[in-house]
Amino acid sequence: MNTKAKKIIDFMGQRKLAAIFSLLLIIGSIVSLSTKGMVLGLDFTGGTQIEVGYPESANLEDIRNQLSNAGFDNPVVVHFGSELDVLIRLQGKPEAGLSDSVLAALGNGSQALDLRRVDYVGPQVGEELREDGGLGMLTALAIVMLYVAIRFQYKFSLGAVAALVHDVIITLGFFSVSGLEFDLTVLAAVLAVVGYSLNDTIVVSDRIRENFRLLRVSDSKAVINESLTQTLGRTLITSITTLLVLLALYFFGGELIHNFAVALIVGVLIGTYSSIYVAANILLSLGMTREDLLPPEKEGAEFDGLP
Amino acid sequence: MNHYPLWKYLLILLVISFGAIYALPNLYAPDPAIQLSGQSGGVIIDEPVMGKVTAALTESGIEYFGEEANGENGLVRLKDREQQLSAKRVIQSALGGEYIVALNLAPTTPEWLANMGASPMKLGLDLSGGVHFLLEVNTEEAVEKRMETMAREVRSAMREEKLRYKSVKLVDKKTIVSIFNSEEDRDTGSSILRKNFREVSRQLSEEKGLFVIRSELLESSIREIEDYALNQNLTTLRNRVNELGVSEPIVQRQGRNRVVVELPGVQDTAEAKRIIGKTANLEFRLEAAQGAISREKFEFSDPARLPRDAYLERSIVITGDHVSDAKAEFDENGMPQVGISLDSDGGARMHRASRKNIGRRLGVLFIEYKTRMKDGVDENGEQVQVPERYVEKKIISLATIQSALGVSFRITGLDSPRESSELALLLRAGALAAPMYFVEERTIGPSLGAENVALGIKSVTIGMILVLSFMLIYYKVFGIFANIALSLNLVILVAAMSILGATLTLPGIAGIVLTVGMAVDANVLIFSRIKEELANGLPPQSAINAGYDRAFVSIIDANLTTLIVAVILYAIGSGPVQGFAVTLSIGILTSMFTAIVGTRALVNLVFGGRNIKKVWI
Repeated sequence: MNTKAKKIIDFMGQRKLAAIFSLLLIIGSIVSLSTKGMVLGLDFTGGTQIEVGYPESANLEDIRNQLSNAGFDNPVVVHFGSELDVLIRLQGKPEAGLSDSVLAALGNGSQALDLRRVDYVGPQVGEELREDGGLGMLTALAIVMLYVAIRFQYKFSLGAVAALVHDVIITLGFFSVSGLEFDLTVLAAVLAVVGYSLNDTIVVSDRIRENFRLLRVSDSKAVINESLTQTLGRTLITSITTLLVLLALYFFGGELIHNFAVALIVGVLIGTYSSIYVAANILLSLGMTREDLLPPEKEGAEFDGLP
Repeated sequence: MNHYPLWKYLLILLVISFGAIYALPNLYAPDPAIQLSGQSGGVIIDEPVMGKVTAALTESGIEYFGEEANGENGLVRLKDREQQLSAKRVIQSALGGEYIVALNLAPTTPEWLANMGASPMKLGLDLSGGVHFLLEVNTEEAVEKRMETMAREVRSAMREEKLRYKSVKLVDKKTIVSIFNSEEDRDTGSSILRKNFREVSRQLSEEKGLFVIRSELLESSIREIEDYALNQNLTTLRNRVNELGVSEPIVQRQGRNRVVVELPGVQDTAEAKRIIGKTANLEFRLEAAQGAISREKFEFSDPARLPRDAYLERSIVITGDHVSDAKAEFDENGMPQVGISLDSDGGARMHRASRKNIGRRLGVLFIEYKTRMKDGVDENGEQVQVPERYVEKKIISLATIQSALGVSFRITGLDSPRESSELALLLRAGALAAPMYFVEERTIGPSLGAENVALGIKSVTIGMILVLSFMLIYYKVFGIFANIALSLNLVILVAAMSILGATLTLPGIAGIVLTVGMAVDANVLIFSRIKEELANGLPPQSAINAGYDRAFVSIIDANLTTLIVAVILYAIGSGPVQGFAVTLSIGILTSMFTAIVGTRALVNLVFGGRNIKKVWI
């Protein structure tokens, strides 16, 4: 590849457009989240669900009727992954023999059914998980903001956190709009998105800081554009390799981590975009200048001295 | 330039060989096996016992190998996993009830590896199949019980000191209110409380001409009671789980008042739940005398019995906590009964109570804590089903005291041998100090577990192949370096997880896959830098050096922040989220080592000290 005299891309020339795009996505997500909400998984709502494997493709209507006839109130019956797997959601709590009585209601003795799993989550546990999840997200953001403020400068930390909030809201918004189920593994994925997006943003910020000190130009916009151009290759390649493994997870990882993979794929795409257009954009809007970075030069020297 | 001293190469080699050795046991698939142990300490499992086992297996046509016994435990490996359940049945019936027969997956780690302390990763329930329960201990009830007892003790302490009190009562289940006629009496009462009941506060007041002391438990004492109740329940649960015969069960406290129970490999979940979930206790109470005021009415557990109910005294002679052993037996007429042994404290109390009451009847109350769903309204005003907890107390036996009872006696009047053996089991396994309720339950069938393992391996493999190919095509020679580092990263990651005893779960596998994708990031950073420096006109050797140096700070910053997120994830998460966080954190650390130090060593080996004109990157 010929890397000589790379052309500097004018990323920040499109910053207004990007800001409008981001705002639209965020507003859309918030509107959807507040009106439509999210389909919360069993982990958060509490309740009982049973996964049953059929030897041949299962008719959901029949299963619903069988269950209602056996006295189960409003069972929710859906395919899970394939035509052969059925997920049944019931209200209330499994007594000792619940799975047996469900199997008895479905089986009619003719088909060899495979009871794949039974989950029961009490309502108070679900509520706690919801609270802990939100709390964890906020703690993560606060600590990261602090770290970046100490390691870089507060303007960077505002940019980084804005990028994270942007990514999290849009990923959650995607789950709201698409109606995919949001469970505990998806929450883990969203937090991993925070980690990933941060990784990206830090690398870009690192280069911006370096260039502000290195390049003897006072035009912040030019410095940021050059930094983004320099890191673009790396940003794209890392996103590609991460997306490759996520696609492997999506297609081959099985139904249980399907939504986990979806959340990360969406998050990585948004995170890549945000590290270019959100973090840097905010930095520029806050009036980042070379002078902002002059005092902490000592600290940089100290770190360069490491092996 | 670009030279590593010999010790650095040796260090890297050392880490790699260390990683390889400790990752290796994971390649050996475990054998399905049956594990034997004794119901009590006295049961010896030796060659003759194993002889019986193998004879029974041969007779049923189940193929086995590698039987071993060490006096306390025995193990026999099976050829076919499908036969595990029937093998368990066969062995149990050949050996009888003194032995615990459990399904197990025996590791096949070669001896030389095992001697070095290497062992495979533990599989989480979602991969091995099994049951997970989360139980909540109602510690409030334990505190309440303690206060009830204390109110009685306060009364008798005051009587002993010949102090006249107007009343001593438990109010709101948490405050003991003692009322006296004179200030002088109240002060005496206060000093009695101070001397004998250090765990309560004393608040003096004067109300409507009466003198009052209000006492509440101190926060530290409440904590103590809660801890005691929880530990007692943990012990009880462990005993019950042992009775179930599960290998490597987990019974653990979670937070202030919850207990996690995990039973890998359990297939008969209904049975497991029945035994663990029996949140039962016993109370021994005397039948109330005719016309007694302090009495309570209970039904008999046997609906056919007439009259249907009886009155018992409110005060409890002993509770199930004092039972040290219980056995299902038959009396001289062949009727089932349970022989009970008490601890010395319980024996003394029982002796005191029964000695004075020969000829009266002693009732045994069986107490179960249950949950039912009832209609309720949530905070949004919608109709929902909410769980309601309730206590069911029934009399299982009411028999005349023939003579003073001591540390051992019998409960008669049971219907069937099944009932007597179950009651004995529950009594033996100990009583609960506070009621428990199921708040979460997850069962994963063995077929789903095996399927998850297969899917996990498949997605790691495919993800790995995709990333390796991409890196090779994009970075050519340096791609090979990165790929070697990536593969080493996987090996060291697996080794680290095996050494730390981390449990591998499905989200954990997802964490590994994600690590694979993100681990190349450090190398990408370095290689992009090298490319840039080359473009700036630096000679290859200096470009390589500058690339590694300059990328270093970015790599540290980027990885540290991700590590922070992973640690927070671990701190707030439960089960599946934690598994993910653990692999992610370990993966970040190992990938930093392999990507920075590992690839540098390779680059130095290949290019170091040579006069090169062109770098294929």
